[in-house]
Amino acid sequence: MKIHEYQAKAILADFGVPVPRGRVAGTPADAGAIARELGGTVVVKAQIHAGGRGKGGGVKLAKSPGEAEQVASQILGMMLKTHQTGPEGQRVTRVLVEEAMDIRQEMYLGIVIDRSVDLPVIMASSAGGMDIEEVAQNRPEAITKVHVDPATGVQGYHTRKLGFGLGLTGDTLKGVADFLIKLYRTFEAKDCSLAEINPLVITGDGRLLALDAKMAFDDNAIFRHPEVLALRDVDEESPLEVEASEYNLSYIKLDGNVGCMVNGAGLAMATMDIIKLAGGEPANFLDVGGGASAEQIENAFRILISDRNVKVVLINIFGGILRCDRLAEGVIKAVKALGVTLPIVIRMEGTNVELGRQMLKESGLNFVNAETMADAAALAAQAARGVDR
Amino acid sequence: MSILVNEETRVVVQGITGKEGSFHARGCLEYGTKVLAGVTPGKGGMLHEGIPVFNTVAHAVKEAGVNTSLIFVPPTFAGDAILEAADAGISLIVCITEGIPALDMVKVSRSLQGQALRLIGPNCPGVISPGKGKVGIMPGHIHMPGPVGVVSRSGTLTYEAVGQLTQRGIGQSTCIGIGGDPIIGTSFVDCFRLFQEDPGTETILLIGEIGGTAEEDAAAFVKAHMEKPVVGYVAGMTAPPGRRMGHAGAIIAGGKGTAAEKIQAMEAAGIRICRSPGDMGVTVEKALRGG
Repeated sequence: MKIHEYQAKAILADFGVPVPRGRVAGTPADAGAIARELGGTVVVKAQIHAGGRGKGGGVKLAKSPGEAEQVASQILGMMLKTHQTGPEGQRVTRVLVEEAMDIRQEMYLGIVIDRSVDLPVIMASSAGGMDIEEVAQNRPEAITKVHVDPATGVQGYHTRKLGFGLGLTGDTLKGVADFLIKLYRTFEAKDCSLAEINPLVITGDGRLLALDAKMAFDDNAIFRHPEVLALRDVDEESPLEVEASEYNLSYIKLDGNVGCMVNGAGLAMATMDIIKLAGGEPANFLDVGGGASAEQIENAFRILISDRNVKVVLINIFGGILRCDRLAEGVIKAVKALGVTLPIVIRMEGTNVELGRQMLKESGLNFVNAETMADAAALAAQAARGVDR
Repeated sequence: MSILVNEETRVVVQGITGKEGSFHARGCLEYGTKVLAGVTPGKGGMLHEGIPVFNTVAHAVKEAGVNTSLIFVPPTFAGDAILEAADAGISLIVCITEGIPALDMVKVSRSLQGQALRLIGPNCPGVISPGKGKVGIMPGHIHMPGPVGVVSRSGTLTYEAVGQLTQRGIGQSTCIGIGGDPIIGTSFVDCFRLFQEDPGTETILLIGEIGGTAEEDAAAFVKAHMEKPVVGYVAGMTAPPGRRMGHAGAIIAGGKGTAAEKIQAMEAAGIRICRSPGDMGVTVEKALRGG
């Protein structure tokens, strides 16, 4: 789960990580009032989850409260397009108004879990403010990394290695040690999957500050952080994906027209791939779970067909233990209840598969039986082209 | 022959009185596996599905002589269950549980380092050596004994592959689902080491997916050490970056972990690639027949 910059900064501030003074505003008038309170030049930053906000025109300086109000009125309500939003952009409903800083140096700090060694890794780079993925690719030597053992937490040698790696000395070296310890503590305490400060800045008067902050949380651990879950912004998610998550379905909308419903994440990805190989375009990823109960299938159908691009539905269920007659019963019930008229290609495997196929055939509904995954994909791709005409 | 699971496997099911635990303990028993004990704290002394239940894994080890644990404990307590099994001297721990917090697994993984045991999973279907024993939730009847080792990050996609093999009359030595989480106990490389030494395995089918670098690591190992032919498939060619595809581990992050990169590394290591998941069976057949 992702959160906004202003929310991340509030969490960081709770852990003692220094952040610029500022507050979030939902109206231009509020933005002006916050600017007046802060005094001096402020920066007005659009609050959306996607990165690249500055380039898209979502971050602006304002020298007076009046200007802050005016800039906020331009940003609030805009559809902000960045390389991380879709082509339609993301609507901005909040801006963060912060004191503008006198910046002497920009750096990068990030914590993620390194799956290759099963430990959190802290990464630091003097190439702050830049796209860190680009730095990692082109100048990997510019990134210093330390792995943290959960038994000991961040130690002095970690902070020294990172601090010297950043080329720091004296007071800022000590300052970054304190900063790192607090950032890591936040990462651990909140079950983050990402805590990223880009840029971490040294101000003209020598202070360290998190000028920007990005945090994401481990979905598997969110149950023990209701305060984090409360920060979820469903406006940042696709409505269909939100609905799917309420039914414990894993759904991701894509751009094609072959809707697919599969049990198991690996098989669901493989089904999308084979549709593409057959000349079709998958409309979604949808995992109904290992069991695939009748109720799950009905919910899945409802979500699938609410995507207006879907021209054909492909169901691929490798039941194994699951009985195919029960599965067929669930599918027939769901199709009748929802009045689905689209062609439906079904490939199922499991016990009583012959009986299941017979039931589908005799239902009088628009089902096409397929014996294998490859056949199912070919039939679905063909049907999608047919509907196009 | 086989790896990990054989006739000597003696299983304790942790979380046996839960719905999943009951169902699959019965499934393993019906397959002929020696399921000798269950553990549910507070329910020690009762019989469940005809299997004696103990309060602790240590008791089950002492009384029933179990050496393998199959875990169905809910995600909040699953890390604890793994550590309890390790502490009791269990040598093979298979954790089916999905949804364990990553930082819990960081601690578990660190704690297990250097111990003489193996963890499979979490978030996996388990291990089966067809005809010998099943320690997991896979449908036993789709398998048959034979010379192909199967190792995969997913569940139903593994069943699909096994289904294709069995349909062609090709049996399996051992099939392992290593799990779909970012932090897992046993890697592709660990399984390859075991398959390389197993005289009963002639060819290995690797089923990967997007996210992480496990497939690239496996490719490097295959290139340097494997003498047996390896066939590979990677799911998620059409997956968009930055989106978690069901499994917590299946995500293309920071431009890394794409199917294209993995396939390239695997091909460079001499692994035969199936472009289509529909071709897993036929490609293994060719590799096996030396074609």
